Amino acid sequence: MKIHEFQAKDLFRTFGIPVPSGKVAYTPGQAAEVAQGLPGPPWVVKAQIHAGGRGRGGGIRLTNSPQEVEKAADEVLSNPLITPQTSPSGQKVRQVLVEEGLDSEREFYLGIVIDRKLASPVMIFSQAGGMEIEEVSAKHSELVLLETIDITQGFMPYQARNLFYAIEPMPDKEVLKVFSAVTSQLYQLFISKDCSLVEINPIVITKSGKLVALDAKINFDDNALFRQKEIAHLHDPYEMDELEVKASQYNLNYIRLDGNIGAMVNGAGLAMATMDLIKLAGAEPANFLDVGGGASEEMVTNGLKIILSDERVKAILINIFGGIMRCDVLARGVVKTAKEIEIKVPLIVRLEGTGGKTDIKEFGS
Amino acid sequence: MSILVDENTKVVVQGITGKEGTFHTRQMLGYGTNIVSGVTPGKGGQTVEGIPVLNRIRDAVDRFGANASCIFVPPAFASDAMLEAADAGIHVIVCITEGIPTLDMVKTAHFIGKRGSVLIGPNTPGIISPEKTKVGIMPGHIHKRGGIGVISRSGTLTYEVVDQLTRAGLGQSTCIGIGGDSVVGTSFIDHLRWFKEDRETKGVVLIGEIGGTAEEEAAEYIAEQFDKPVMAFIAGRTAPPGRRMGHAGAIISGGKGKAEDKINALKSHGITVVLNLGQLGQMALEVFKDSDTSLAKN
Repeated sequence: MKIHEFQAKDLFRTFGIPVPSGKVAYTPGQAAEVAQGLPGPPWVVKAQIHAGGRGRGGGIRLTNSPQEVEKAADEVLSNPLITPQTSPSGQKVRQVLVEEGLDSEREFYLGIVIDRKLASPVMIFSQAGGMEIEEVSAKHSELVLLETIDITQGFMPYQARNLFYAIEPMPDKEVLKVFSAVTSQLYQLFISKDCSLVEINPIVITKSGKLVALDAKINFDDNALFRQKEIAHLHDPYEMDELEVKASQYNLNYIRLDGNIGAMVNGAGLAMATMDLIKLAGAEPANFLDVGGGASEEMVTNGLKIILSDERVKAILINIFGGIMRCDVLARGVVKTAKEIEIKVPLIVRLEGTGGKTDIKEFGS
Repeated sequence: MSILVDENTKVVVQGITGKEGTFHTRQMLGYGTNIVSGVTPGKGGQTVEGIPVLNRIRDAVDRFGANASCIFVPPAFASDAMLEAADAGIHVIVCITEGIPTLDMVKTAHFIGKRGSVLIGPNTPGIISPEKTKVGIMPGHIHKRGGIGVISRSGTLTYEVVDQLTRAGLGQSTCIGIGGDSVVGTSFIDHLRWFKEDRETKGVVLIGEIGGTAEEEAAEYIAEQFDKPVMAFIAGRTAPPGRRMGHAGAIISGGKGKAEDKINALKSHGITVVLNLGQLGQMALEVFKDSDTSLAKN
């Protein structure tokens, strides 16, 4: 699960990680009001959407008066923001973060992820702050430092020193104390809130010598939300596709894509493989939909309804491999749906495995 | 032969009194799996499908000689179940449960590694050595005993592949689902090492998907140390970056984990990659034609 920057910074504050003074605003007027209560000018107005690359899409504005803040907020809030990570039509912005503008002298990258191979958290640090870490890693791997964290020990002070003393030229030694505290607290946050990623890009040393997290990105492990009730609360359904929200209410794994061939499959791996087959055949899949390895009649009905409510879909491919679950159960789900709602697009059904020889007919318009 | 489990494997089912546990206990018994006991804390003394239920794994080991476990325990308690099995000395632990928090798995994987147990999963259909035993939830009847080892990150996709192999006349020595989560107990390489030592395994089919770099690492290992023919299929060439495709581990993140990168890594190490899933069985006949898969032929 992803959250917004302002939510991530609130979490940083509770963990004692320094962030700029700032507050979220939902209207241009509110934004100007917030700015007047903060140190400044300058103030920064930042669009709050989950997708990255906001700066390049014009979603981050530097302003010098409350009037400019209001104007910037108005522009950001009234147009969908298009970034390299949003859909081509962009993402509607529903709130902005207004912050004091800080003069940064040096910028770094700091993050924590799980290294799958080592089955351990790993802290990532780079002197090339502000750039995409993937890009830095590809072009200047020597600038990316990794500290693998022993899950039984936690992040150790020596590991903070390993990172700090590699910085060239070395910052003032006073910064080390804060750096140690920040790295250690970031790890505490990662572990105690079941994060899958925390990222500060950039974390800066200001001209006045303070270490501050200018940005904040946190992703959480969906599997752990059952024990992170407060975090689950931060979920923003407006950031999700409408059909995806509906599908999640049915416990279906649905992801909307750009093509026009709807696909419904049991099992995630087979669903991906089926999307690939659609593409291989020269068409584009309209969605990923996994109705579950042991899908029920009801899951099939709900899944089909979701696909059918996507107007771009020109044909539907159902690919079911019956395992323990019988194909004929699933076939009944399809027939039931066809009786309930009119299916105007061609439906191609492939049933294989257990119970796959049941008499299945193809439905057409 | 086969790897990890065979007709001598004595299975304890953890969570046997639950709906899934009971259902699949019946299925496994039907396949011929030697289930010696079940464990559900607090329900010791009951029986399920004629199988005695105990409170503790250590009793299943002491009294019935259990050496493998199959876990059907809800996500919040699954880690504890795995730790208990490892601590009791269970050799092969198969965790079917989907939805276990990643950080629980980080701790669990390290603990199990120290105890020397082999963890398969979590979020796996399990492991089957056809016509000998199955420890898991896969449909047994699509499998056939033979010389092909199968290692996969998926469930129904594996059934699809196995079904095609069987129809092509290529039986299987052992089929393993290593699990669809981002942190799993054993990797492609672990199982390739065991297949390498298994005389009756003549070749291996590797089924990967987007997310992580396990396939790339396997490709390197195969090129350097594995001397049997390998064929691979990678799912998710059309998956968009940043989205979790059903499996918790199936996500392209930070430019890593793309299907194309995996396919290229495998190909550059001389491994045949099937792009059209529908042709997998036929391609397998081609790839394994020089291998002696006599067991597999009718």
